[in-house]
Amino acid sequence: MIHSLFLINSSGDIFLEKHWKSVVSRSVCDYFFEAQERATEAENVPPVIPTPHHYLLSVYRHKIFFVAVIQTEVPPLFVIEFLHRVVDTFQDYFGVCSEPVIKDNVVVVYEVLEEMLDNGFPLATESNILKELIKPPTILRTVVNTITGSTNVGDQLPTGQLSVVPWRRTGVKYTNNEAYFDVVEEIDAIIDKSGSTITAEIQGVIDACVKLTGMPDLTLSFMNPRLLDDVSFHPCVRFKRWESERILSFIPPDGNFRLLSYHVSAQNLVAIPVYVKHNISFRDSSSLGRFEITVGPKQTMGKTIEGVIVTSQMPKGVLNMSLSPSQGTHTFDPVTKMLSWDVGKINPQKLPSLKGTVSLQAGASRPDENPTINLQFKIQQLAISGLKVNRLDMYGEKYKPFKGIKYMTKAGKFQVRT
Amino acid sequence: MSSNSFAYNEQSGGGEATELGQEATSTISPSGAFGLFSSDLKKNEDLKQMLESNKDSAKLDAMKRIVGMIAKGKNASELFPAVVKNVASKNIEIKKLVYVYLVRYAEEQQDLALLSISTFQRALKDPNQLIRASALRVLSSIRVPIIVPIMMLAIKEAAADLSPYVRKNAAHAIQKLYSLDPEQKEMLIEVIEKLLKDKSILVAGSVVMAFEEVCPDRIDLIHKNYRKLCNLLVDVEEWGQVVIIHMLTRYARTQFVSPWREDDGLEDNEKSFYDSDDEQKEKTDKRKKPYTMDPDHRLLIRNTKPLLQSRNAAVVMAVAQLYWHISPKSEAGIISKSLVRLLRSNREVQYIVLQNIATMSIQRKGMFEPYLKSFYVRSTDPTMIKTLKLEILTNLANEANISTLLREFQTYVKSQDKQFAAATIQTIGRCATNISEVTDTCLSGLVCLLSNRDEIVVAESVVVIKKLLQMQPAQHGEIIKHMAKLLDSITVPVARASILWLIGENCERVPKIAPDVLRKMAKSFTSEDDLVKLQILNLGAKLYLTNSKQTKLLTQYILNLGKYDQNYDIRDRTRFIRQLIVPNEKSGALSKYAKKIFLAQKPAPLLESPFKDRDHFQLGTLSHTLNAKAAGYLELSNWPEVAPDPSVRNVEVIDLAKEWTPAGKAKNENPTKKFYSESEEEEDSSDSSSDSGSESGSESGEEDEEGDSSEDSSEDSSSEPESESGRQSDTENRRVAKRNSKTKGKGDSKDEKKENEKSKTSDSSNAESSSVEESSSDSESESESESESESRKVTKEKEKKTKQDRNRLATDVSLLDLDDFNPVSTPVALPTPALSPSLIADLEGLNLSTSSSVISVSTPVFVPMKTHVLLHRMSGKGLAAHYSFPRQPCIFGDKMVSVQITLNNTTDKKIENIHIREKKLPIGMQMHVFNPIESLEPEGSITVSMGIDFCDSTQTASFQLCTKDDCFSVNIQPPVGELLLPVAMSEKDFKKEQGMLTGMNETSATIIAAPQNFPPSVILQKVINVANAGVVPSGQDNIHRFAAKTVHSGSLMLVTVELKEGSTAQLIINTEKTVIGSVLLRELKPVLSQG
Repeated sequence: MIHSLFLINSSGDIFLEKHWKSVVSRSVCDYFFEAQERATEAENVPPVIPTPHHYLLSVYRHKIFFVAVIQTEVPPLFVIEFLHRVVDTFQDYFGVCSEPVIKDNVVVVYEVLEEMLDNGFPLATESNILKELIKPPTILRTVVNTITGSTNVGDQLPTGQLSVVPWRRTGVKYTNNEAYFDVVEEIDAIIDKSGSTITAEIQGVIDACVKLTGMPDLTLSFMNPRLLDDVSFHPCVRFKRWESERILSFIPPDGNFRLLSYHVSAQNLVAIPVYVKHNISFRDSSSLGRFEITVGPKQTMGKTIEGVIVTSQMPKGVLNMSLSPSQGTHTFDPVTKMLSWDVGKINPQKLPSLKGTVSLQAGASRPDENPTINLQFKIQQLAISGLKVNRLDMYGEKYKPFKGIKYMTKAGKFQVRT
Repeated sequence: MSSNSFAYNEQSGGGEATELGQEATSTISPSGAFGLFSSDLKKNEDLKQMLESNKDSAKLDAMKRIVGMIAKGKNASELFPAVVKNVASKNIEIKKLVYVYLVRYAEEQQDLALLSISTFQRALKDPNQLIRASALRVLSSIRVPIIVPIMMLAIKEAAADLSPYVRKNAAHAIQKLYSLDPEQKEMLIEVIEKLLKDKSILVAGSVVMAFEEVCPDRIDLIHKNYRKLCNLLVDVEEWGQVVIIHMLTRYARTQFVSPWREDDGLEDNEKSFYDSDDEQKEKTDKRKKPYTMDPDHRLLIRNTKPLLQSRNAAVVMAVAQLYWHISPKSEAGIISKSLVRLLRSNREVQYIVLQNIATMSIQRKGMFEPYLKSFYVRSTDPTMIKTLKLEILTNLANEANISTLLREFQTYVKSQDKQFAAATIQTIGRCATNISEVTDTCLSGLVCLLSNRDEIVVAESVVVIKKLLQMQPAQHGEIIKHMAKLLDSITVPVARASILWLIGENCERVPKIAPDVLRKMAKSFTSEDDLVKLQILNLGAKLYLTNSKQTKLLTQYILNLGKYDQNYDIRDRTRFIRQLIVPNEKSGALSKYAKKIFLAQKPAPLLESPFKDRDHFQLGTLSHTLNAKAAGYLELSNWPEVAPDPSVRNVEVIDLAKEWTPAGKAKNENPTKKFYSESEEEEDSSDSSSDSGSESGSESGEEDEEGDSSEDSSEDSSSEPESESGRQSDTENRRVAKRNSKTKGKGDSKDEKKENEKSKTSDSSNAESSSVEESSSDSESESESESESESRKVTKEKEKKTKQDRNRLATDVSLLDLDDFNPVSTPVALPTPALSPSLIADLEGLNLSTSSSVISVSTPVFVPMKTHVLLHRMSGKGLAAHYSFPRQPCIFGDKMVSVQITLNNTTDKKIENIHIREKKLPIGMQMHVFNPIESLEPEGSITVSMGIDFCDSTQTASFQLCTKDDCFSVNIQPPVGELLLPVAMSEKDFKKEQGMLTGMNETSATIIAAPQNFPPSVILQKVINVANAGVVPSGQDNIHRFAAKTVHSGSLMLVTVELKEGSTAQLIINTEKTVIGSVLLRELKPVLSQG
């Protein structure tokens, strides 16, 4: 399956290579560089590149290309999904996944990669098992290791790998037993010029942080499970129980994990919590344009909208913008033509607005399209779909855990066309 | 040197290490080997010294630096001798890093690599399975041809290892060895064959991977393991799932007939038993055709369905392609939702998924139409995603949605991403040709775009308009005129060329304009782009031919200009045209045809999807993505005309049971499962230690199998928990645990009770049974809260109990043996021998009296589809209810008969809160009601199951079926045949039991029957239809025996039909429950005698 892996940074240096079968020369990456050049933007590099003898499958994350080399037919998603899992693991191990961090921890990275694949076929991809095999580096441990000469490699054997609940470590112990669940919903929407919704969907996830002793068996039930249109589970969730009773029953992995992701379809009417009033015009005659945006709350169920950030990619013809916001700060990058306005909280009594003029390149024709406005925002303590957790029960252990559930709504890909 | 390494070895003190050190030093002549490298070793000298130091920390440091070098791609091979010595280090991290190094460089330093082999060989014998596994892993990763025999031996041994983890690694090693030495193929196939039989979920994925790599054409190896793989699939780790699903897709395409054909009369007689299933299936599928899906085919489709919910995109895609390629077209629709979900994922995943959707949407538009809006483009999408989405939108466009789409396209055309805008214009062109209603709209829209300020947009529009006009040139003179005007403003060469071409083609339709255009062009000829010049020449030539009066001079002028052009293409073309159109003495025969040549009818270009030709590749593969055959791509074969023999997948019963025993074990997942896996390990050390544990494990595994089969008959009964396959194992286990604890709850007094029970009639046992029920419900809650270790104790306790009396055992067996082998898996075998061999082994192990017969519940041989009316829709104010007996062991209690109730809402309003109230049951009877149904949609129907303990009597169970507003009294009276559970026993046992049940316990009758009733199959069918009994294999042709036991008390019910000469038959029933016996006799008599 996967022959080799190359890590390439944005300036085109291969800074790590790992081979699981016989060595593939790094010159194979030349084909990748060629494609990269052709694509101009990193985002547009095709994920699958054929070369005479190999195929290069790549993912681009954290400004690093992870390029896997394969030789024979394999489902491309298999490789891509695996590469993403590698990135997730690195992130989990080091907090961030960046070139300097990987370089600093090259030995751990190598050890982890060694465990993740055997002969190119995934062996251990559960972060819980990996962490048992190779302990993630912490500052304290690094200090201790240099003094005592002990190692990052776990000395006990990873029994989890053999277990029937491979996602859970054995022998977990906590003094404070706690289980937190975050219901996070993201609204993906396209709003048209006149403010009507073209398409809107809610994508939700339930992220959990479970720190419980022993082998707890949890059940989580919802007040209105029928809302969930399409779900995908962490492997720990018992699918049958969900099918028959609409209850999530599972033995949780230890630590942070994504329990569930779900989708509330466009068929259900989605409440759009914000509106944007805009008046943008590039006048033909003069080289000045008018620009005005106001953001206001719509259906927020009485909650405040926070962390509002408005970004917009201005047309190439725009030279500069002189704007004044009623609140927050704004920047305009004349090189990338990116306007960004950090609004902050929306006060319904005094709606935030951004007004000013746009100066256009002299002589250039009027841009024919008004820029699209991208919106980010957060609403605490609200799941916009109306999903509510009913109760959380624990079986299998005697103690009383501390339980907590948090709701949040965020903007996903929220676009307003102007 | 040697003293140095000795010093280290002595210090580390390990005996093993010393040995290795000796080996190492004796094999390499120290001075020779090291001397060779010493010259160019200067820069790594310090590393070498560190590696040879006594301190682990120094060594570790050195190894870390070396690994850093490897990671950066620097050559560290010269350090090989120094590194390899540390292969036996006691420090795990050093060891691991040495392994990393070894695997990387062994190929280059083959001789030295051999030094390390003995260490691994030793580790292969280590008592710890993880060490054995990692030794095998590294050993097989050393690509040195000399050790092939050693590897082969190691793989063979590991394949038989008790630990599934080691076996998994053996499967990985197979691929490695194969790539090292393909000569070993035959031997490796043997190992693969063996490992394919493995039932561990750990092994399944890896061995199928090895299969795909080594011998993907040996489809015959899969037959026997097909059902097992299908059943294990849900529990295999995600990467394995992908590989297995792809393999099974290929398998299904070779083994089953196409479910897509409408007129297919393939039905063999063997399948008659599934008719009932099929009937229902057809009902659910809402199609009536003679095609019958092979149950195995259905099994695969059903078992993969839950995986659509996987978090792993690769698994979802794999299932999607499986549905696409092998499921009936009507069922493939469910994949679209999951695929659309994947679009939320990373850009790379989106890219692949969109490509696959694009291919699908060409063939079956309907699948993705409801998700149209999910493919709307966002300005932040990367261009490649945008183009793919556009492609899909085009495929999905139809009369109904085109107006919405065109509005959407308008936004795209204005996009700042001009490449994308151009693609959109192409798309509009395609929509215009595909949907004739909007052709004119599109055309005028495109004409509007001609006045766009962006050249690329205009150019693209011109090109597309040209194509459109070419298709229907007749009525668009206006547009051509408009475009002719544009020539003054447009500067993009392609667009100008297109316009000129268009005018040339239609010069007869615009006779006034064309010469004028030529005039203008002649003026600007020298400054035009080459592309445009060529078209000017063309235009001139065409006009010369049609309108030579006006244009003769102009054309000649242009031809003269062209003659001296800098570009040889243009000079060439000029010469060619001149020769062709200007008549002179030298011109050949061709000039006569000049007009035909230039103004020939040209076929309109086909605006087609670039994904049109991808469908011959299997979806989800690399080849599909590349649209080119990748190395190692396995063609998906066409469906066979006639299905190959389906019986090849049948596993002999004994075999099967043996196989499935541990399979069940492996399947279990959760608390209880944990316990089973431990028991498995125990088994590893001593086989006999945990018989009983493994017994219950195997039973629950079988329950799963049975769950599958029952779903077969009732396809969509999601409300029926037991009929679910897959992850159900958890709940099943819990159920087993409950039962175990129930056994405990019964306690000691149970023994006495049992004794009494025999003499009691059905009525008198009521009191006891109710108490049992209570205790069972108590312990239910108890076992919920019990930790696993406790449940383990419980089972142990059960084990003790088992020894105490046989009767108890019999009931226990029935408790556990809830469901049995999948009838699906044994389509031909009539008498399903039900008892799992492991259970037999247990019994033997317990050394019970040899006379004891084996009574165990088997699967129902036949499930009648008969339904009884519970509540008529007239009396139920629109709520109709029917009940039937699915003949499944009841999940709510082992003494209950399971009853399936189908509720239909015939009103036009929602019926809310359907539940059961006010049970009026005779003493002792118990009922487990279904969970209240929140609401039932109009025309909706729902099937629920409940359990009723009828106490072995045919008394009616009365209760009220209530909705939100009304209550209806209803009652269920069971036919006597449904109070039984089939039992599998041998003829010998049957006779023995019959011998004990004579006299009072025997009722008999003589019947006169029509001779056509006498074929064995007819008798069997008739008896089974009435009574849920098991068939006892009979040695004589004229005697048919059936065995069953009553659900509540578990008393045997033996039915014998003996055919006599001259259309008579003797019907004998032996049972303790004489009342039921005689009722059954009464019911059987007319059935057998009537024609």
